Amino acid sequence: MQHNSLPARRKLYIGMMRVLMWLAVSIAGALVLFLVSYVLIKGIPNITWELLSTKPSYLDGTIGILPNILNTVYIILATLVVVLPLGVGAAIYLTEYAGNQKIVGMIEYAAETLSGIPSIIYGLVGMLFFCQFMNMQTSLLAGSLTLVIMNLPTIMRTTQESLKTVPQSYREGAFGLGAGKWRVIRTVVLPGCVDGIVTGCILAIGRILGESAALLFTAGFAHALNGLFDGLTSAGATLTVALYVYAKEQGEFEVAFAIAAILMVLTVLVNLGATLVGKYFKRKNSV
Amino acid sequence: MAIKNKKKLIENVIHGIFLILGLVTVGCVLLITVYLIVSGIPAIREIGLVDFLFGPKWASTAAEPKYGILPFILTSIYGTAGAILIGVPIGFFTAVYLAKQAPTRFKTVMENAISLLAGIPSVVYGFVGMMVLVPGIRKVFNVPDGASLLAAIIVLAVMILPSIIKVSMTSLEAVPKEYEDASLALGATPIETYFRVSVPAAKSGIATAVVLGVGRAIGEAMAVMMVSGNAANMPSLFQSVRFLTTAVASEMAYSSGLQQQALFSIALVLFLFIMLINATLNFFLKGQKEGA
Repeated sequence: MQHNSLPARRKLYIGMMRVLMWLAVSIAGALVLFLVSYVLIKGIPNITWELLSTKPSYLDGTIGILPNILNTVYIILATLVVVLPLGVGAAIYLTEYAGNQKIVGMIEYAAETLSGIPSIIYGLVGMLFFCQFMNMQTSLLAGSLTLVIMNLPTIMRTTQESLKTVPQSYREGAFGLGAGKWRVIRTVVLPGCVDGIVTGCILAIGRILGESAALLFTAGFAHALNGLFDGLTSAGATLTVALYVYAKEQGEFEVAFAIAAILMVLTVLVNLGATLVGKYFKRKNSV
Repeated sequence: MAIKNKKKLIENVIHGIFLILGLVTVGCVLLITVYLIVSGIPAIREIGLVDFLFGPKWASTAAEPKYGILPFILTSIYGTAGAILIGVPIGFFTAVYLAKQAPTRFKTVMENAISLLAGIPSVVYGFVGMMVLVPGIRKVFNVPDGASLLAAIIVLAVMILPSIIKVSMTSLEAVPKEYEDASLALGATPIETYFRVSVPAAKSGIATAVVLGVGRAIGEAMAVMMVSGNAANMPSLFQSVRFLTTAVASEMAYSSGLQQQALFSIALVLFLFIMLINATLNFFLKGQKEGA
């Protein structure tokens, strides 16, 4: 072994660093393992069909999380419908149109700032602006619009990144054939950045699923069962907010564990989806 | 000629639409800033800037209300510092190992695990902390209530791990292989090379990771709210404490008048902290670009 010839001090240093690395990796690995298995083991036995398919009833004293599941779906849909055109449009402006470096810098700086703002501040401003100033009251719509602002940088960034991979020669070819700028964007650029948009959507869904602080004061706590359009104008708790309410305010730990397990599974699925989509498009692009 | 003009007009309109879409982001930032300043200033004026920032007592519902947020500011600073103190070493060594030494298979598995850690909702962290950490601290340290600054620090340390590991790894992997080869050729062992050559070469990226962690820790509300007990005490490791974020969240639902305005002012203070962190982040990012 060549290491045997090293002076003791160097050997000590190497040994120490090696131990520290192993220690750190084992702590990180054990943490993930513990978190996932703890939540799943404690939560899955509490997931019953009744829990998933009913709403809470004070008369029977039962708890169901169907309204929360639906609210989560509504909020995801409403947020994506608004944030997609905004984010993709902004990305297209930045990569296709913008000539003025000052404007580009300003928009990129704004996006960076947005992604650093904590969600509780979004919640507060969302409450002041959407619920009070725009008079939407506490509603899923107000919550979704708040989340739109939060997710704007994500969609923008992923779209921009994939726009950069559309070869310049495609655009030039289309221009050379006499197409106008808008036509080039519609027929050449947009189809080329589908992967970025899809990735952005998945990331945004993950973020919306996990968000709670921004929704507490914009979308509220209610557990009423609503259709999509009634739902958007009334208050409602998403799964995360429901978890908080059941765990912290009502002490219903079994329900909370069940929701935590559902959220954990969904998080795994979202991560898996993002990886698969990334792989799929990578293969497609390389062909 | 007329057709050409019409076409040009349409193109210009579309250009305008995209410009507006691009400026929405800027508008959002302005909206948030203006709203926080406009709604945050009145209470600070009424209470007095010094009394507000350095007042040691917060008693918003007392007969003679006191609005001093020094406990929140200190708790946020201590809590973040604690989380960094625990999270950064673990994250740093994990990143070095994964970026430089780990077998490919193991590395992929760990990368996925860390992405998962980043995706877990903060309420789930808070809930697990509430069920495991809080009773654990009560038993181990024999204190009356485990909901404390320590519990919050541990939860935050776990929550900032993914960003620290990911960002550090990216910058460690970007270190030119020639640097490492040169060091190895001069007789340094691989581990010496990683820590004495690769890490210094990636230092601005690692600094970025730490600052990102600070930003995430100071802005976290829900997880902290579930494990920190939420009493407006001066920070102390085993006492129930309230952070800047949780101060806003815990009273917003039932507050009104000056009390609510004071909450907006707290949010403004938090926002200023975040802006400061963002500025630091930009400084490091710039350094990284120039260094590359």
